[in-house]
Amino acid sequence: MTEPAAETTVGVVAHRSRLRTTAETVLRNRLAVFGLVILVLLVLVALAAPLIAPYTINEVDVANRLQGPSSQHWFGTDELGRDVFSRVIIASRVSLQVGFVSVGIALGLGVPVGLIAGYYGGRIDSILMRLMDILFSIPAIVLAIAILAALGPDIVNAMIAIGVVYTPIFARITRGSVLTLRDAVFVQAARSIGASDLRIIGNHVFPNVIAPIIVQTSLSLAFAILAEAALSFLGLGVQPPNPAWGRMLSEGRAFFQQAPWMAIFPGLAIFATVFAFNALGDGLRDALDPQQRSIIESRGRS
Amino acid sequence: MTGFVVRRIGQMALALLGVSVIVFALIHFVPGDPVRTALGTRFDPDVYEALVRRHGLDRPLVIQYFSWLGSALQGDLGVSFRSGQPVTGLVLERLPATLTLAGAALAVALVVGVPLGVVSAVRSGSKLDYIASAVSQVGVSVPDFWAGIMYILLFSLTLGWLPPSGYVSPLVDFTGWLRHLVLPALAVGLVSGSIIFRFVRSAVLEALNQDYVRMARAKGLSRRAVLFDHVLPNAWIPIVTVVGLQLGFLLGGVVVVEIIFAWPGIGRLAYLAVGDRDFTVLQGSVLYIATMFLVINLVVDLLYAWLDPRVRYD
Repeated sequence: MTEPAAETTVGVVAHRSRLRTTAETVLRNRLAVFGLVILVLLVLVALAAPLIAPYTINEVDVANRLQGPSSQHWFGTDELGRDVFSRVIIASRVSLQVGFVSVGIALGLGVPVGLIAGYYGGRIDSILMRLMDILFSIPAIVLAIAILAALGPDIVNAMIAIGVVYTPIFARITRGSVLTLRDAVFVQAARSIGASDLRIIGNHVFPNVIAPIIVQTSLSLAFAILAEAALSFLGLGVQPPNPAWGRMLSEGRAFFQQAPWMAIFPGLAIFATVFAFNALGDGLRDALDPQQRSIIESRGRS
Repeated sequence: MTGFVVRRIGQMALALLGVSVIVFALIHFVPGDPVRTALGTRFDPDVYEALVRRHGLDRPLVIQYFSWLGSALQGDLGVSFRSGQPVTGLVLERLPATLTLAGAALAVALVVGVPLGVVSAVRSGSKLDYIASAVSQVGVSVPDFWAGIMYILLFSLTLGWLPPSGYVSPLVDFTGWLRHLVLPALAVGLVSGSIIFRFVRSAVLEALNQDYVRMARAKGLSRRAVLFDHVLPNAWIPIVTVVGLQLGFLLGGVVVVEIIFAWPGIGRLAYLAVGDRDFTVLQGSVLYIATMFLVINLVVDLLYAWLDPRVRYD
């Protein structure tokens, strides 16, 4: 856990320099920079996808079905002669969208729960955290499958399901950090001058627990994209004819021997995205979490 | 310790009760009428009436829940909407297959993750550490279901070494069973193994940098003695925690991988139930998976408390 209490009294200057230190540490980490570069490229590709894609996603060309990678079709064609490259890059939009929205839901639910539970403690804390434990006691993908089975397979429902599934992680991490601050001098000071709970939580507690939340956000984006891919793979996420990486993988299975590229390229796209978020998340953790950082630095000594 | 055990079992019972509410509520989240949805085009008013009455869906919700819970506690999870077979039987039939796959995957994960993590930490900065760390970074980012598909492509369809999917009972053909188990176990196990590797590596690295290790070295103990007597006993605690956390992830992976390899476990049962809109079977499968997960976590926590006395008094 981070221990930001010491830095908080120094004020704005310290805050700015901390931001700079963080950025410098992240930028020194080659893997994190690599992840960041992949992510920037991915977002650009996703934004410009309709302009970049050489074909439209549902351009059927049966005469050219199941063709291997070539100069016309970089990633080959599928069973209907559709261009796999175009479908992979268009599908990046939905993957990133599901990732961001579902992690947004998890943040929006989990962080307030963690703040309230950690700040007030006592019975509120027990009740909220036991609820989170219950959600946590069903493996994530199984809970998401169950929610989608009930709500019906659909992209919006998939975002809700993934968001709910990852809520407890944010609640736990936020609560854990708030607990270390609850009795900090600056919080007591704010209380003593009569600041409302809302003000204390919003202005004093929250800014100091943001570091672990940022780290968890990056790592959760990786998990959310994996979860969306798994759900689409199972036919519970994006519905045809819209392309999604997971769905393309499962469609590719039927043509495995004739056209392995149908399963290889969407899988590589999932891998690259997840890898990028993981690498960036690790870099952020090294920068924001002093304990982990000391481990990295200790490499030279041992 | 007894107090801790009792408290922890109480917590698990509470969580299980919560899970039962979620699982029960599942069927009532279905937009419209679950029985009508399940019957779909095969709708027949008589069958509909019988199913509604059989499942007590015409009674108030609270009464339905308690009667469902009462039956569930006695092992009766109702009958399949589709086939009419008892759900408990359907789930129990598939339990051994899921447990063997999960066990085999965990074995793969531990065999790969723990020794490599220890060696990487001890020789941190070496070429081996660098390669193992890079591979694990890849490992944590590979979707397990995609890995499964790639293994089939490579080891079954191209090289022809192992069967692409299916299951043989070990009682009928042990070698055949083992051959069918290898690829799905690798698909799930290597991803978890990568995560375990990273934690073991950092736990051991952290332990290596403690003052007592420096002290032990200063006393003149050999590197080996320091590692086995001082470093590893202290690194076990975070390792046990992460293995416990991994089990949930691993169970989730097993569910998806079972589908790819046509492995007749609970995950595949749940998946088929989703397609068939067979909500009672889905309820039963989710309940069993969650129970397994809770029991495993309980065991891990107790192990944790036994390893680290501080936990008991927390």
